[in-house]
Amino acid sequence: MKIHEYQAKELFRKYGVAVPEGGVAFNVDEAKEVAQTLGGYPVVVKAQIHAGGRGKGGGVKLAKSLDEAGTFAREILGMNLVTHQTGPEGRIVKKVLIEQGLNIDKELYLSILPDRATRKNIIMVSEAGGMDIEKVADETPEKIIKVYVDPLAGISAYHLREVAFGLKIPKGAMKPFFKLIQGLYKMFSDYDCSLLEINPLVLTKEDNVIALDAKVDVDSNSLFRHKDIMEYRDKDEEDPLEYEASKYNLNYINLGGKGNIGNMVNGAGLAMATMDIIKKAGAEPANFLDVGGGADAEMVENGFRIILSDKNVKGILINIFGGILRCDVLATGVVAAAKKVGLNVPVIVRMEGTNVEEGRRILSESDLELISAVDLQDAAEKVARIVN
Amino acid sequence: MSIFVDKNTRLLVQGITGKEGQFHTRQCVEYGTNVVAGVTPGKGGQKMDDVPVYNTVKEAVAGAGANCSMIFVPPPFAADAIMEAADAGVELIVAITEGIPVMDMLKVTNFLKDYKCRLIGPNCPGIITPGECKIGIMPGPMHKPGGPIGVVSRSGTLTYEVVHQLTMQGIGQTTCIGIGGDPVNGTNFIDCLDAFEKDPETKGVVMVGEIGGSAEEEAAEFVKENLSMPVVGFIAGITAPPGRRMGHAGAIVSGGSGTAQGKIDAMTKCGIHVCDNLGTLGQLCSKVFT
Repeated sequence: MKIHEYQAKELFRKYGVAVPEGGVAFNVDEAKEVAQTLGGYPVVVKAQIHAGGRGKGGGVKLAKSLDEAGTFAREILGMNLVTHQTGPEGRIVKKVLIEQGLNIDKELYLSILPDRATRKNIIMVSEAGGMDIEKVADETPEKIIKVYVDPLAGISAYHLREVAFGLKIPKGAMKPFFKLIQGLYKMFSDYDCSLLEINPLVLTKEDNVIALDAKVDVDSNSLFRHKDIMEYRDKDEEDPLEYEASKYNLNYINLGGKGNIGNMVNGAGLAMATMDIIKKAGAEPANFLDVGGGADAEMVENGFRIILSDKNVKGILINIFGGILRCDVLATGVVAAAKKVGLNVPVIVRMEGTNVEEGRRILSESDLELISAVDLQDAAEKVARIVN
Repeated sequence: MSIFVDKNTRLLVQGITGKEGQFHTRQCVEYGTNVVAGVTPGKGGQKMDDVPVYNTVKEAVAGAGANCSMIFVPPPFAADAIMEAADAGVELIVAITEGIPVMDMLKVTNFLKDYKCRLIGPNCPGIITPGECKIGIMPGPMHKPGGPIGVVSRSGTLTYEVVHQLTMQGIGQTTCIGIGGDPVNGTNFIDCLDAFEKDPETKGVVMVGEIGGSAEEEAAEFVKENLSMPVVGFIAGITAPPGRRMGHAGAIVSGGSGTAQGKIDAMTKCGIHVCDNLGTLGQLCSKVFT
């Protein structure tokens, strides 16, 4: 789960990690109020959306006066911010973070993330801060320092030294730097972060180390033990259909509105493979939808409704491999749901597995126009017929 | 022959009295698996059908001689359950539980280094040696006993699809393993490929991967260097958009790595017969394996 920069910085403060003075604002008046408390100019006005690249898209501005702070807040609030991470459709900005300007001496990069290959946590730092780190890693990998921390043993003093000397931290800033890394690592592990990234982390002329930016993702599987993070959830940052689906425990991803065939599948791997089959048949998958192992009539009904609210959808492919979820139960659910929702596009049903004959009989005896497919090849051909 | 499990496997079920645990225990028993014990803390001394329930894994191992555990414990307690099983001397741990936090699994996999046990999963359908032993949630009847093909996969229902197509072609299976859809898991592709290579009855392998991570690329290199038998591969997620987690916690294309095309290219380069159309996987297997 992604959280906003201002929320991440709230957590940073709790862990003794220095961040610029500032506060979040939802309108221009609030923005000016925050600016006035910061004790001087310039101040920075930063759009708060769940995507990187905000500066390049015009979502971060340096204001030299109270008036300018107000002007920039007015420009940014409500703007449709397009960055390389939002996709071409962009994201409407609903809040801004107002922060004090700093006397920056040097910009660094820092991130902490779990590494699947080594089963350790990586602290990754670079002197090439403020830049696109993937580009740095590609072009000048020697500029990136990686330190591996055993998740059981935790962070040790030598990790701190390796990072600090690697970044050529000046003597005067050593102590605050060590404190910062320790605080960040503790927060990273306390909060089950799947990513904690600061770009840039700045050294000031006064030898302070301050997190100018903050990007924190929390492992969604861990939310049962982080109720406070769940309160950070921002509906405005989620696709409305995905938000709707999450209420019904449906694992749904909207593929961006260009798809013409919706699909409903049990199991994530088979769902991806079904999307691939739709594409191969000459159509475009409209979504990913895994109904899981316990799909009932209600889930199927909600699935139909969510898929059909995308007006580009010209047909739906249901692909169920019945194991635990028996085909007859599913078929009954499909028939009930289809009657309730009132289908206006053709629906292809491909079922296999436990009680498949009974399932197919239920479908064929219903007075619905469901198209039955015997296997995946057959399903693909029937999808092709709908779009051509 | 088979790998990891056979008719001598003595299974215990952690979380046996829960809804899922009960249902799937019964399915496993019906398939012929030798289920010798269950563990639910606080319910020691009771029985689930004919299976004795213990409070701790240590008691179940001592009392019933269990050497393998299947875990249905909910995510907040699953890491603890895995470590308990390892510490009690269980040799094979099959963790079905979906939704265990990554940080827990990082700790667990580091913890397990001190034990001589194998973990399969988590977030997996389990492992089956057709006709002998089913440990997990896969539907038993669609499997065809007797080999000669091994199946290893990151997915659940997609594995069923693959096994079903093999059986339809008249191709039996030695052992089928779901290694799970999480980013940090126990047994990986290479462990299974290595075991299949050493199994005299396995004559070929189907390897089913998906987007995210680099396990398929590493496995492909291993196949090229070490496998004497043909391998058919399939990768799900060629149409998956970058930056979106596709259901499984491990299935995400990030920063240009973990793409389906990258995996397909790596596997093809290493001599794996990659199937580009799931609908025809059975036919391809028939061509490659017979």
